[in-house]
Amino acid sequence: MTDLVLENVHVRYGSGASAHDAVRDVSLTVGSGRIVGLVGESGSGKSTLARAVVGLHEPHAGRILVGGTDVVRARGREAAIRRDVQMVFQDASSSLDPRMTVGASVEEALAVRGTVARGRAARRAEVARLLETVELDPARAGDLPSQLSGGQRQRVAVARALAASPRVLLADEITSALDVSVQGTVLNLLRKVQRELDLTVLFISHNLAVVRQLCDEVAVMKDGRLVEAGPTTRVIDAPEHPYTRDLVDAVPRLAAPVDTPTLHRGAVS
Amino acid sequence: MTMPRDLPAAAPAGPRRRRGALLSTLRSPLGIVASLFLLTLVVLAVVGPLHWGETAKVAELTRLSEGPSADHLLGTDAGGRDVLARMLTATRLSVLTAVLATLIGVTLGVVLGLIPIVAPRWIARAVNAALGVALAFPSLLLAIVVSVVLGVGAVSLTLAIGLAMAPAYARLAQTLGSSVAGRDFVAAARILGVGRFRILTRHVLPNVRDPLIVNASIGAGTALVAATGLSFLGLGVQAPRYDWGRMLNESLEGIFVNAAPSLGLAGAIVFAGVTFALVGETLSRAFGLHQPSRRLWRRLRRRPASPGEQAAPLSVVDDPVLRVRDLKVSAPRGDWWATPVRGVSFDIGRGEVVGVVGESGSGKSLTCMAVAALLEEPLEVTADSVCFDGTELVAGGRVSGQTSGELARRLGTRMGFVFQDPSTSLNPALHVGTQVAEVGLLHGGLSRSAAHERAVDRLDAVRIPDAARRAHQYPHEFSGGMRQRAMMAMALMGEPALLIADEPTTALDVTVQREVMALLAEINEVKGTAVLFVSHDITLVASFCTRVLVMYRGAIVEDLSTADLAAGRAQHPYTRALVEAVPHLDAEPGAEFATIAEGADFPTEPVRSRS
Amino acid sequence: MTTPPAPTLLTGAPAPVSGGRSRSRGGSIGSFLLRRLVRLAGSVVALVTLVFVMVRLIPGDPVRNALGTNATAAVVEARRESLGLNDPLWQQYLDFWKGLLAWDLGDSFSLHLPVTTIIDQRLPATLELAFLSLAVVLVVSIPLGIVFAALTRGGRRPGVDVAYTSISGLLSVIPEFLTGVALVYLFAVQTTLLPVAGRGGPDSYILPVAALSLGVTAGVSRIVRVEALTVFSQDYVRTARAKRMSRRRLYLRHALPNLVTPALTVGGLVLGSLIAGTVLVETIFSWPGLGLTIIDAVRSKDFPLAQGIVIVYGLIVLVANLVIDVVLVWLDPRSALKET
Repeated sequence: MTDLVLENVHVRYGSGASAHDAVRDVSLTVGSGRIVGLVGESGSGKSTLARAVVGLHEPHAGRILVGGTDVVRARGREAAIRRDVQMVFQDASSSLDPRMTVGASVEEALAVRGTVARGRAARRAEVARLLETVELDPARAGDLPSQLSGGQRQRVAVARALAASPRVLLADEITSALDVSVQGTVLNLLRKVQRELDLTVLFISHNLAVVRQLCDEVAVMKDGRLVEAGPTTRVIDAPEHPYTRDLVDAVPRLAAPVDTPTLHRGAVS
Repeated sequence: MTMPRDLPAAAPAGPRRRRGALLSTLRSPLGIVASLFLLTLVVLAVVGPLHWGETAKVAELTRLSEGPSADHLLGTDAGGRDVLARMLTATRLSVLTAVLATLIGVTLGVVLGLIPIVAPRWIARAVNAALGVALAFPSLLLAIVVSVVLGVGAVSLTLAIGLAMAPAYARLAQTLGSSVAGRDFVAAARILGVGRFRILTRHVLPNVRDPLIVNASIGAGTALVAATGLSFLGLGVQAPRYDWGRMLNESLEGIFVNAAPSLGLAGAIVFAGVTFALVGETLSRAFGLHQPSRRLWRRLRRRPASPGEQAAPLSVVDDPVLRVRDLKVSAPRGDWWATPVRGVSFDIGRGEVVGVVGESGSGKSLTCMAVAALLEEPLEVTADSVCFDGTELVAGGRVSGQTSGELARRLGTRMGFVFQDPSTSLNPALHVGTQVAEVGLLHGGLSRSAAHERAVDRLDAVRIPDAARRAHQYPHEFSGGMRQRAMMAMALMGEPALLIADEPTTALDVTVQREVMALLAEINEVKGTAVLFVSHDITLVASFCTRVLVMYRGAIVEDLSTADLAAGRAQHPYTRALVEAVPHLDAEPGAEFATIAEGADFPTEPVRSRS
Repeated sequence: MTTPPAPTLLTGAPAPVSGGRSRSRGGSIGSFLLRRLVRLAGSVVALVTLVFVMVRLIPGDPVRNALGTNATAAVVEARRESLGLNDPLWQQYLDFWKGLLAWDLGDSFSLHLPVTTIIDQRLPATLELAFLSLAVVLVVSIPLGIVFAALTRGGRRPGVDVAYTSISGLLSVIPEFLTGVALVYLFAVQTTLLPVAGRGGPDSYILPVAALSLGVTAGVSRIVRVEALTVFSQDYVRTARAKRMSRRRLYLRHALPNLVTPALTVGGLVLGSLIAGTVLVETIFSWPGLGLTIIDAVRSKDFPLAQGIVIVYGLIVLVANLVIDVVLVWLDPRSALKET
């Protein structure tokens, strides 16, 4: 059983002459309980693809299957399947309502699920449990997002996503707005909850080093297309596609000086 | 840990802080004046007809259209009635009309403006189109049209103004609402399956409420002026009722004989208008939508002396291109002076490539802008010495953000910059070539055409393809990487001894980053230009620079060669933690990520053990 | 110097090389104009329909209202017939459009002249007043806003800041009809320096234009100042400062071009209120324009004249807005690209 399957997904912005294909014919299978990295540069379509998976963009063509159900065409009772896919955004200062306490944000996600924890006290307890899961003091439930640090806010965002008890979690550049000293905490947390809850994670990032250390598999996108996919160590350590190789080569390393492969020296005078 | 934390203490809980902001704004001079004015207006509106209503009716037929006297401070009108009493009596009708009209306008506007967020797309479009037409039509004319249809009178006046105000509020609500609706927290709620209506009430409305209230308050003033204007034209309140506008109309005929009533009424209308504007301004400040100009300026001058952390540099270079001693940057923050850069000293040798690394808030960018003499008020830069290319920039203990004459020429031609965000660091309204050429025009003594020619040559040197044509393009026609190269072309107009690159690749993709870095390296190599490279990415710094300055909380805590860094010979605990925390391609797949505990304190004393 | 081939990864980035970009820009300006014209047409249809509906919504019989209770039923009926008010609604609507396109809007009840003749006579006076005032507003408020932004940037001169903000705030609250009253008082009651009634020589324009533009100028200068303060804090101003130029050059060469667009946008927005303001100012200064006429028309229930003038006002604002939009796009092509 696979939790997330993309079949020939195509996302188009605009129409007529100004139409722009952000995602072209992407097929990808994410195995249950796996962390799959999706890498690419700006404009590669990776974020658009993620937004299509959670229903923020309607794909122009193709199917998106969650647990075997096509979420794009699911209607009525079936549409509830969409809540099985949750997303954590890049910038938690924007993805949490500044006017809602963090407890209320998490509670709202619980209320929508509705199946468990009816009753106020039970919901409160559940909120506290979720905050503890993401290693936050439940006493901070009454705080506004602005009273938390960037890393804490991002953990609240994870807690809110978990409140919907999803099967699939999409993480869209969740550490790129954070300082490097905080980044590791959030990444370790993501892996911890993934293991504990046996989540399927699509991890979108431009940071190859993070992807290599975190993900089981990786897919590389360029100009809306998938150019290479496979087990992470294979793709990053021995890339087959020239673009992947280029990406890997461009990552700065501690001990290696900048190489200037495409430049002819001596032009600047 | 010897220094107090630079960061503000944890803020008190939300609602309390909000109430506190309101109270402190009310206690400010503006808040006091606004409250007093509003109180006066409300009291007059309530008490006016009760207290002066009867006096206002007394017609002294022997004293028609008299000037001011002890009995009648503003004189009498053509019917022999006391103008002041009538004016005070009319407060209620004038203010009530304005407030009711505003309520109608704002309510209708908010409903219309927020429909697009919950309604299907085609309804949203129809509402939008209708709003566009309604907005193009001047609201006073709209009010005239409405009063033509409804007939004249106080009720139709209120309705007319309310309806005429609605489109503007609808557009405001729509703009505010759609900007909130476009934010990630609304997307998150949609993914959770929260209903549209609930998104509107729980997420959108609370976030648009404050600006709407402020605008409604200011709008009440506009409504009052519009209502008096219509009554003044004879299209509003009809006899025997009267408001300020109708009274003004009547008094204007006699202005040549008796000006006092007209002037008194004008005063009343302006007073009411100013009151609503002041209330709006006060609320805007209380909600934090608008920062007041620095009222505590004088009190801020008391600055706590910040102890120098690092008087001596950690390493010294012979004949440096830049020598910095005990540099401090202070900034007003709330009620006190903060010192985000506290006593930094370092040298950069000629042709040397030095990195400055640190996390956000470490003071690394401020340090660079300070040594470049680019920081201005309200920031303050003091130092023992900042010596660039043989020229001392410190005068009277300070580095001024304004330079002129020979110093300006030297800095303009010998120091170049590449800033973080290529999309904002070039002027969007000027051709790229013009911007590159400017240094030649300003300091190189070149003619306009010679400067342009050299600019094309410099653009070509940084490999802008088809430079002659590209020079005539605007920055938005360039890609991010090309814009950064244009910045470097700008620096190459002179003979730069130092290039300050402040996070030049942070906004770029890795493949573009590599090109920009390669060009920086090439400029360094070919022209012998020293580079001060600022980055949060210690790996990038290590791969490019020969020496690294590590900054933590406004101080340089370690100064080491990249060879030592790469070999794991960093000594300062913060440096070590930083290196470990950066994920790298050689890490064990599946391994835990190294972390720095949140709120961890490292010593801000530098390590000095390097040979 | 030779130009080595550019690295492919860079030219492969979003910005297309050579002519492609500029052609697509030209295209989008064309389509922008087309969209704007379509929108204008839609607005005109909406305006005319609105005015048509307005007159039909007036409670009671407009003809009876206009002629008074003394007129006999036969007279009223004859007038209704001659105005076409007895025709079916769609027929009336169609005739209304035909009349408009032939520039024939019937006769005024009160002045017994063709409505279009009256409008042709009175329109120039109103246009002069409105556009002279707009010119004054733009010419005064833009430099004023920039100068005060420069003086008070970064929290400098808090005293000047408070004084400017309070005075301009006070002036912007004072409506044009009060300014008008004050000017009449100063120049007709206290002194006789300037004419305060009617349209004659150049000096007769001074007070009406001053009354109309004073408050708006103060308000617009405040907006320009805020915009200027925003521009001064932009990264590209820092880039310019890094070239070490004089303040004068910094403001005029680097900041000003970026302020023209917001200032003109605001200018377009205030044009509507200036046109509306003419109604009041014309009344105070007995200025023989459309404003004076429409007030008389509404008071004497002369609905053919009132509807004609309302349509003309609407057309002026719609066309002026179109012109400003086109000028904005011509100055800054990116704003056309941003349009949706």
